[in-house]
Amino acid sequence: MNGTSGSMRRIRALIVKESLQVARDPSSFVVAVVLPALLLFLFGFGISFDAARLKIGLVLEDPTPAARDFATSLTNTPYFSVREATDRRAFVDDLAAGKINGVVTLSGDFAERLARGDTAAIQLVTDGSDPNTAALTTGYVQGAWQAWRAQRAVGAPAPPGGIEVQPRFWFNPELESRRFLVPGSISLIQMMIGSLLTALVVSREWERGTIEALLATPVGVVEFIIGKLVPNFALGMIAMMVCVLASIFVFGIPLRGSFLVLTLFTAAFLAVALSLGLLISTVARTQFLASQLAMLVAFLPGLYFSGFLFEIASMPAPLQWFSTIVPAKYYVRGLQTIFLAGDIPAVILPTGAVLLLMATILFAITARNTKQRLD
Amino acid sequence: MNAPLVRIDNLTKTFVAGAPAAIEALTTQIRAGQVTGLVGPDGAGKTTLMRLIAALLTPSAGRIDVLGLDVTTQGPAIHDTIGYMPQRFGLYEDLTVMENLRLYADLRGLPDGERAATYERLLAFTDLARFTDRLAGALSGGMKQKLGLACAMLRSPKLLLLDEPSVGVDPISRRELWRMVYALIADGVGVVWSTAYLDEAENCAEVIVMNAGRVLYQGDPKAMTAQMAGRVFQAHGAGEERRALLARALADPAVVDGVMQGEAIRLVMAEGCPPPSRETIGAPPQTEIAPAPPRFEDAFVAALGGIPKRALSAPGRRDFSNGSVAPVEAKGLTRRFGDFTAADHITFSIRRGEIFGLLGPNGAGKSTTFKMMCGLLRPSEGEALVDGLDLYKAPSAARAKLGYMAQKFSLYGDLSTRQNLDFFAGAYGLSGARRRDAVAHAIETFDLAPYAKTNAGELPLGYKQRLALSCAIMHEPPVLFLDEPTSGVDPLTRREFWAYINAMVGRGVTVMVTTHFMDEAEYCDRVALIYRGQAIATGTPAELQASVRTPQRPTPTLEDAFIALVEARENGRKEAA
Amino acid sequence: MVWTRLAALIVKELLAAFRDPRGRMALVAPPLIQLFLFAYAATLEVSHVPIGVVNQDWGAQSRQLISRLEHASAFSEVRLYASETEARAAIDRQDVMVVVEIGQDFSRKLAAGETPSILVLLDGRRSNSAQIVNSYVNNIVAQYAAEFGAGRGPPPDSVIVDRSWYNPNREYRNAMVPILIATLPMMTVMMIVGMSVAREQELGTFEQLLVSPLQPIEIVAGKSVPGLIVGLAQCGVISLIVIYGFGIPLLGSALVLSAALTVFLLSIIGVALFVSSLATNQQQAMMGTMVVVMPAMLLSGFSSPVQNMPDWLQPLALANPLTHILVVLRGLFLRDMPAALAAQHIWPMAGMAIVTIIVAAWMFRRKVQ
Repeated sequence: MNGTSGSMRRIRALIVKESLQVARDPSSFVVAVVLPALLLFLFGFGISFDAARLKIGLVLEDPTPAARDFATSLTNTPYFSVREATDRRAFVDDLAAGKINGVVTLSGDFAERLARGDTAAIQLVTDGSDPNTAALTTGYVQGAWQAWRAQRAVGAPAPPGGIEVQPRFWFNPELESRRFLVPGSISLIQMMIGSLLTALVVSREWERGTIEALLATPVGVVEFIIGKLVPNFALGMIAMMVCVLASIFVFGIPLRGSFLVLTLFTAAFLAVALSLGLLISTVARTQFLASQLAMLVAFLPGLYFSGFLFEIASMPAPLQWFSTIVPAKYYVRGLQTIFLAGDIPAVILPTGAVLLLMATILFAITARNTKQRLD
Repeated sequence: MNAPLVRIDNLTKTFVAGAPAAIEALTTQIRAGQVTGLVGPDGAGKTTLMRLIAALLTPSAGRIDVLGLDVTTQGPAIHDTIGYMPQRFGLYEDLTVMENLRLYADLRGLPDGERAATYERLLAFTDLARFTDRLAGALSGGMKQKLGLACAMLRSPKLLLLDEPSVGVDPISRRELWRMVYALIADGVGVVWSTAYLDEAENCAEVIVMNAGRVLYQGDPKAMTAQMAGRVFQAHGAGEERRALLARALADPAVVDGVMQGEAIRLVMAEGCPPPSRETIGAPPQTEIAPAPPRFEDAFVAALGGIPKRALSAPGRRDFSNGSVAPVEAKGLTRRFGDFTAADHITFSIRRGEIFGLLGPNGAGKSTTFKMMCGLLRPSEGEALVDGLDLYKAPSAARAKLGYMAQKFSLYGDLSTRQNLDFFAGAYGLSGARRRDAVAHAIETFDLAPYAKTNAGELPLGYKQRLALSCAIMHEPPVLFLDEPTSGVDPLTRREFWAYINAMVGRGVTVMVTTHFMDEAEYCDRVALIYRGQAIATGTPAELQASVRTPQRPTPTLEDAFIALVEARENGRKEAA
Repeated sequence: MVWTRLAALIVKELLAAFRDPRGRMALVAPPLIQLFLFAYAATLEVSHVPIGVVNQDWGAQSRQLISRLEHASAFSEVRLYASETEARAAIDRQDVMVVVEIGQDFSRKLAAGETPSILVLLDGRRSNSAQIVNSYVNNIVAQYAAEFGAGRGPPPDSVIVDRSWYNPNREYRNAMVPILIATLPMMTVMMIVGMSVAREQELGTFEQLLVSPLQPIEIVAGKSVPGLIVGLAQCGVISLIVIYGFGIPLLGSALVLSAALTVFLLSIIGVALFVSSLATNQQQAMMGTMVVVMPAMLLSGFSSPVQNMPDWLQPLALANPLTHILVVLRGLFLRDMPAALAAQHIWPMAGMAIVTIIVAAWMFRRKVQ
């Protein structure tokens, strides 16, 4: 009776049951469908570090032809939306109110200074209360300035001295932040389905008391765990497909690596996320506690320490050390590589190995801690 | 005598080191082919013992053999042979009836060949065939329990453990559950049925009476009941004065137990005491005292040392005896949910100082009616009046006149006893000296001082009941609404609760109670039987009993009356159709 | 009478939140943890990253330039690669996100007064950081060229004078920490208020309230005020930590700040009550809260500026109270925003507070019947 066939049958029955429940329970539906779609949407459209149209105040203290010419070149680029004035004071309030990102001032003696090579010919004041936009503003104004200078230099003798810098942005020459944010958000979605949903469905059995009836049947611990894991694993893989399709067709992100590698790599990460969810559920016996814990140990670290939004290298050392145990960090590295760079073994193999190791350790702890009894 | 299925030897179970053991040095046996009743007050250790036998808990000391298998080491093998139905409905509410059955058939390894026949047999047996596609969560309490039982019986277990299967189940469904269980023992299955309802113990071949983790009695319940011969009496004819009479009688040290039984009161005397007389209990002259056949409950209460003799001061101080309007009135109350009419023109009027019961099977519409009377559910038609105030036209003023106690414990478990009292006093608009006075009075009356700082969620059950009642009457309402106040509560706590209610009714408080629990109905002056959304019979318990008296059934109980009236109605409908 | 009932509700609500040590922890620990996480971990700043160099030039000038890069605070170390292939592999592995490639005639051209060019290879997988690193490299190179030129005759190229106001060093923390004064209490208040009604429903105490003489509007008020008290207390504590712990002074008026935060919290409470009136148990309330909080956070200018969003998302951001309070907070802490400018953002929040609270009260009324 307790042979393999009986065990397979029990596992199958548990998987069917679990799938039906996920399909019927509104909170599972929210975690498995609504939140992933929302996250994908928000990271695809809502968040962007590409300053599409920086709002610039342009001060022409003396509208000489040279100054006019530069002003026109600024206005003509797609990066700026420019307002003009002849006095900087006109923009002080706007800068204080956050209505513009920066003020470019061309001094009254712009042409003379320019001829002298004086640095004071053009001044930029940015709103430092948003450092990222301020940095981008500086970059774009600098770029525009250089381009204008180069354009004027055509025909004229090249300015002596100086070094020409030619940047090459690999993998993402269009410089769309969406291209790394969307793959990054896939990691959050996988974490949510893997950990939050798994923790929820197990703790629900405790909360509703159904586990008591289940434990009194011949179901073993391993069968119980497999019955919980398989449907969530399938759900995670389906979510990945949907995300990949949405990334390619809705957000126009190239998938330069192979789908097979992406699938295998995702499977490795899901194994970690699912084990983490199970581990949470061995501690939490109410859905509320389970969801709080899942947010705390799975979701938040995945958001902060995966390197998809924030720069790990710029964090204090202890936080950098901590980030090495965050599974999402490895998954994000791999995902961004597979999407934008391709199947690069030097990235995929080590990160994949770390994920598998983490999954094994977490699973072993979970199996040790899961009890066949109520006490 | 059958061979024992379960041998328990010197079993001890402790949950927290240093705390009192939940089960202490318990030795007993459970036999095949019969129903063994496990009875005892709340916290006696019934559920713990069930779980230990089901190999869901590990004994701290001692040994349990189930069918020759040791629970500590051979749990999986035991799970192969037993059926277990936990106290909380253990099925998946978001699966349908059939999906639940299929799941448990797979989990218990029911061979394919036997499936169709087994499903058919169990569905017929449980009368659930019509509902196979319904979600288990949408079933009534009784149907849930029947489904739970069906799932536990899928592979004809040798031992079936049922933990309080009849809580929240109406009398009709309860009889069906018992019929199912009797059919099983005919096949040689051993059944353990734990319960707080002592009339059920009389259906068992053997009972184990537990208290505080120990066995008080084990054996034939009839033998235990028989010990009470000559100690049980009924006093008839006290009329309006019977509640006061019960209180006086209980003050007599010779009386160990006393309850209301419709218009009579039932008294149990201490061992070796003379029968009660009008003089010893202070009964009015027209009262007649006659010996009565003992019940198992009498023996049980006596075995636990009788009703607690605490000096009981009456809750509340105001007297409402002299009001003029009817305190509670329902006029043509109707509530429709879409096409479905849950309550259909229900009309009744409750007199001052009366206990009025709304009886009915699960889903008959009594909860709907009750909710409309409390102001929780707006009627589609009709009026609900409290002290002459319409609950939906003057909600705040009408609500201030009523006290409400919900079925499940619904106080703030994370606040202390005193904080709960303070809050409800404030919620009812008491402030300053009046609030302090009301809270102090509640603590004194209900003897809550020892637990004033304890979180309400951690109180012993009896104190939770007291606290819930004291919060409901903090503002001294003339009307009190109780929703199955003592469902699943053990007999001692139940008696104490009703003693308070009786004392309040003595001062003119009017009480409306919903219940399908016959012991509660016995405390009512009048009851209305609600069935399929309509009040099919209204009258005193004695009148209802009399209405179904037949030569075959000369002394029908209230439960008999309930079932007979519902069945008569059902037959009438079928004929009409 | 009304005040007695209301006071009882508020006291009960506060007791329920603070009596249990775990409950107290839940109000204190998560905001503090998040405060420090956001302050130290949530940075878009790029600093201490390694930089790769492929140097095919043997002259002194290239070594000088490399030494400049090495000493720049943005870079932690310089990794030398022998060839472009090797450098490409390093970028692939994400060992470095930028490699500067110096051609073999760099020193010669520079010495000869010509314009040598250098190639900067950047990992576009992280385009934001790559752009910032690119501008660092640009700056360092331009500065080097200017200094190199200064000593040797012909004038160098004209360079922009670049300054940041309000936060001269463009420190990410200075910009991030003040906006936490609203963001973190928002999460707490959403939780407390959003869950409280659902919990009462789940435990059955809600019916107990409904049969008492409390009016629906009193219940709404009784649930709102404790949320406001707890929220404002958190705002206060976090403000003190921001001002004294992180040393970011409040330049604007404290009065305007308090008014803005109160209005903001009221609008959040309205949303929380609305979520809570839809939920029947804590699980649903929790999910509902998450579905509301995530977009509120991400579409507010909290992590990326509102102006970067597509046009069709802009109205959503403007309907988000958090968007407005973040502008006010940044304004008051960093820019000394005048009260009149702040008021332009307080009115929309007040409007939202009124709308959401009225809707929530209406939902409650419906729920009772």
